[in-house]
Amino acid sequence: MKLSLGPIHYFWEREQVVDFYRAAADSPVDIVYLGEVICAKRRLVSPEDWLDIGRELQAAGKEVVLSTLTLIEAASEASAVKRLCENDAFPVEANDYSAIQFLSSAGRPFVTGPSVNIYNGRALALLARLGLKRWVLPVELGLDTLADLQQERPAGVETEVFACGRLPLAYSARCYTARSENLPKDDCRYKCIDYPDGRLLKTREGKDFLVLNGIQTLSAPTHVALEHYARLKALGVDVLRISPQAEHTMDVLALFDAARAGGDLLKLGSELLKLLPGEACNGYLEAAAGMDHGHPHAA
Amino acid sequence: MELVCPAGNLPSLKAAVDNGADSVYVGFKDDTNARHFAGLNFTERTFGKAVDYAHDHGRKLFVAINTYPQPAGFERWLRAVDRAADYGVDALILADPGVMDYAAERWPDLRLHLSVQGSVTTAAGIRFFHEQFGIRRVVLPRVLSVKQVEQVIKDSPVPVETFGFGSLCVMVEGRCLLSSYCTGRSPNTYGACSPASHVRWEETADGGTDTRLGGVLIDHFGKDEKAGYPTICKGRFAVGDHTYYAIEEPTSLNTLEILPRLQAIGVSAIKVEGRQRSPAYVAQATAVMRAAIDACMRDPGSYAPEDAWMRQLGALSEGAQTTLGAYHRPWQ
Repeated sequence: MKLSLGPIHYFWEREQVVDFYRAAADSPVDIVYLGEVICAKRRLVSPEDWLDIGRELQAAGKEVVLSTLTLIEAASEASAVKRLCENDAFPVEANDYSAIQFLSSAGRPFVTGPSVNIYNGRALALLARLGLKRWVLPVELGLDTLADLQQERPAGVETEVFACGRLPLAYSARCYTARSENLPKDDCRYKCIDYPDGRLLKTREGKDFLVLNGIQTLSAPTHVALEHYARLKALGVDVLRISPQAEHTMDVLALFDAARAGGDLLKLGSELLKLLPGEACNGYLEAAAGMDHGHPHAA
Repeated sequence: MELVCPAGNLPSLKAAVDNGADSVYVGFKDDTNARHFAGLNFTERTFGKAVDYAHDHGRKLFVAINTYPQPAGFERWLRAVDRAADYGVDALILADPGVMDYAAERWPDLRLHLSVQGSVTTAAGIRFFHEQFGIRRVVLPRVLSVKQVEQVIKDSPVPVETFGFGSLCVMVEGRCLLSSYCTGRSPNTYGACSPASHVRWEETADGGTDTRLGGVLIDHFGKDEKAGYPTICKGRFAVGDHTYYAIEEPTSLNTLEILPRLQAIGVSAIKVEGRQRSPAYVAQATAVMRAAIDACMRDPGSYAPEDAWMRQLGALSEGAQTTLGAYHRPWQ
């Protein structure tokens, strides 16, 4: 299986982004998704910067894909996504139907991200006719549904699974980071920069529950599918996605690389727990609540 | 502007029709629609009566088949499409591209609307569903400001329906997994947010109430506070040093104040949320919205919402308060 780095969900300093991808160039990752997918106001890394980063990764032998904004609201955002879809340097991961329309109507092959709802074979087949080359399983779907979908998968379409990262759960018009700082969205002062792994939200009894990342809400625990590696491989999954976290992402990648080299999954899984920004979860894989955490059933 | 009202059962459907709905939307009694609650929705028998009642009164009946089927059970969604088509409904409200592909192929003359659960917020996205399936209307998610809705309408190949009143999803519909994160069941997969099977109300030592979803504490209410239903986006949580409604207060959407604006930018239909609510709710919400839309269409220049309308809708709202939500930029 190939390993990918998903797009960075959070707002990082430009230097941190550049360093991150410099490290990725030397890592065992195969595919790197680049670009701002959450908030159009985050512009420390410009579209040209992303192309430069992409070219460097490509020179290091990595496959590079540009990712589009997940929730488009303003016409200016739609125009920016359109321009990105027209870039002639790299293929594009569509994160909503605007991007799918721009890409498919131009006859360009594309990837769909986890926020594009592909829940059944008929939807998959339709998008494949329109140029879909790889899709990411929606994060709430379990391995049994994945198995069914793999049976119906059209030829020439690769399947990618979100395998490690805080789960992207929701998107809104409202900016929750700004709200948490008592600021309006239009005067957010780019507060997301203070929370490179998102801002923690706890229940009133102190349980780490969610993290706020601008207009996005993620799980506080990190979803981990490393212990399910053998099952995912048996299901013919082509790519496992690691979602960037502020620290230790390259070490996480190394553990997945060790899994693909035949390492002991339980041992690697317990090492992985030490690298996460909080607890772990994996309930979605077993079609349970996403926040649940258990060991995989014997395949 | 067409007034589109909800009905979770036959009495609600009659209430909607009798109080002036132009169209009524319903769902079948299973997980093919996004209000899959016990005791709600239409069986084969009551569905026939619903179609007849609406049509006998010259109104339209829409059927929401707006969840996302997985391979196991996919057939159920196709049969729902066939059943609705057989009964001669006026439109299907669909979200899943697979179901839409089937409906467009099998029933080429049947009107298809893209559900709010389709999660499309741009003219380009609408164009996709128009070109692929010939949709004839789109229901926009409640995440756009009035200015953004106007822009979408300007470029959209099909008429636009927006929400006018009812419970407020603050996350873009069709891509919210908060409920499934705690329960394993989402609006997409199961047709319900915060399913009752996973909700717990617990009395606490201070005489108050804890509300839980999948075991997670969503809120604590003091003895004198009215406990609300545990929906994650309306809970109180701690962020930094503060405990507050981190996502949104318990509140409902109410657009009475901006109806002339919605009309002016070209909104074709106004939707009332609430298939899970009582016939009395449907009757009152429909009557108020009917009166307001009529007044607005007669003379938008001198239109102002009547105090009585605001009071009535307020009384039907979550937490007895209302908001313009994302339509109003500062809310965001």
